Amino acid sequence: MTPDSPPVLKFEHVTVSFDGQVALDDVSFEVREGDSRILFGAAGSGKTVLLKASLGLTRPDSGRIFVFGQDITLLKESQLSDIRSKVGMLFQESALFDSMTIEENVAYPLFNQKAIHCEAAEGRQKVVDALRFVELENTLAKFPSELSGGMRRRAAIARAVVTGPPLLLYDSPTAGLDPITANNIIALIVKARDASRTTTLMVTHRYQDGNLVAKFRYNLEDGRLEHVAGRDPGFDASTRFMVFREGRLVFDGTQRELEESSDPYISKFVLKRD
Amino acid sequence: MLEFLKSPIQTVQGFFILAGQALRNIIRTPHYSQDIFLQMDIIGVGSLPIVILTGFFSGAVLALQMSRALSEYGQVGRTGQVVAITLVRELGPVLTALMVAGRNSSGIASELGSMKVTEQIDAMRALGTDPVQKLVTPRLIATCTVLPLLTVIADFIGMFGGSVVAAMINIPATQYWTSVWRALGWSDVVQGLMKPFCFAFAIALVGCYYGLSTTGGTQGVGRATTQAVVVASVLVFVLTFFITKIFVSGVVNL
Repeated sequence: MTPDSPPVLKFEHVTVSFDGQVALDDVSFEVREGDSRILFGAAGSGKTVLLKASLGLTRPDSGRIFVFGQDITLLKESQLSDIRSKVGMLFQESALFDSMTIEENVAYPLFNQKAIHCEAAEGRQKVVDALRFVELENTLAKFPSELSGGMRRRAAIARAVVTGPPLLLYDSPTAGLDPITANNIIALIVKARDASRTTTLMVTHRYQDGNLVAKFRYNLEDGRLEHVAGRDPGFDASTRFMVFREGRLVFDGTQRELEESSDPYISKFVLKRD
Repeated sequence: MLEFLKSPIQTVQGFFILAGQALRNIIRTPHYSQDIFLQMDIIGVGSLPIVILTGFFSGAVLALQMSRALSEYGQVGRTGQVVAITLVRELGPVLTALMVAGRNSSGIASELGSMKVTEQIDAMRALGTDPVQKLVTPRLIATCTVLPLLTVIADFIGMFGGSVVAAMINIPATQYWTSVWRALGWSDVVQGLMKPFCFAFAIALVGCYYGLSTTGGTQGVGRATTQAVVVASVLVFVLTFFITKIFVSGVVNL
């Protein structure tokens, strides 16, 4: 990672509105390769819109969005497939296809992305690997409706990571899950990030989620998360937090700056230890 | 006034954009032939029972009513002719289309609507698939293929229903079927097949349009479903009027 490499994702004064209601208001930021971003904000503050805009699913009214250095603002739907094949996204309600089995769901990006060419046998192996990664290798033939909420979320993570995309977007990965399942999901996200140095954007409303992503690293050798905060300045600087309020980016900084913020709205997202 | 007109005009515009995309995708790759056959099975084979039932009883009730009216002129023997012409030109296509609209416009709207509100449509786009190509075009092709076939079946079953009634009121079967056969000309058959083909566009595209434009959670899915059935049914009546008008005024000469 060199400081001069183009940012993986860059927003320049992006404004998005629906039917006259502003969802994102003049948002600018950039994410460098290998960095993690945690997005906090109340419901309706524009976090989901931001993720969708990064994929070209929602078009900005003004401003420009760059993904891997390419301006996607004016690209046509058919031209976006190249960019989209390099980005994995976990949707809020998992968004697995109901009519397909878990295996078909996870295999979907491998065989439908135009930019990805995958043989049947190789694809099958990748699907099994991705499902093993999320510890769901026994559910290949099941339908999404047969799985629990946490398992569906894990299957959706498998679908997002199966192509090995260099940028991963997670929309509220822990919403509606119990604390134990939620921590397992976050552990998977950290694992996906550290196994291949993936740039990660995560929307969440749980401070613990951000804390885990910022302070822990997945150790490939012994297969566990380890607490590394304070020991590796490069690692500490790679995670930044952003807080949104009614479509505006009101905070962009490190965890320490977030915890020290005196703004009443921002400090609501921080879990105080005392 | 202008604000009042804005939403219906936007709806019509959105509908025609979707129709254009769906038609363009027929000649574009990739083709999802598996989805086309699946939809043919759901829409065509799945609608067979209700189409047979409505066909049979509409033919039977037509024969009952017509034989009574015709008996005043001493022309009961022409019952088969009246049943055949009415069924093939008008009632067969319209009743079949209404049944399929009730069953499949709603089915399509609720299925696509649920996919929309659970972000599956967005996921599909994010995973490199055009939802119109994958979801709308197969349903359009399937409906356009099976609706004329269903109509032919409904027409025949209706005539058979008429023959059952004819037998009850002592019209010999040969006389009934001969008058049915003699009554029908090529223009009736062409008209009777043109109509379901046009209705199929309305049924499939209205269902898909309302499904894909669903907003507002599960409540929105219900609303989209209702709107799809109402609009598709009304469109069937509007279309049948104009197609009949074209044939009656002799623009199409056969």
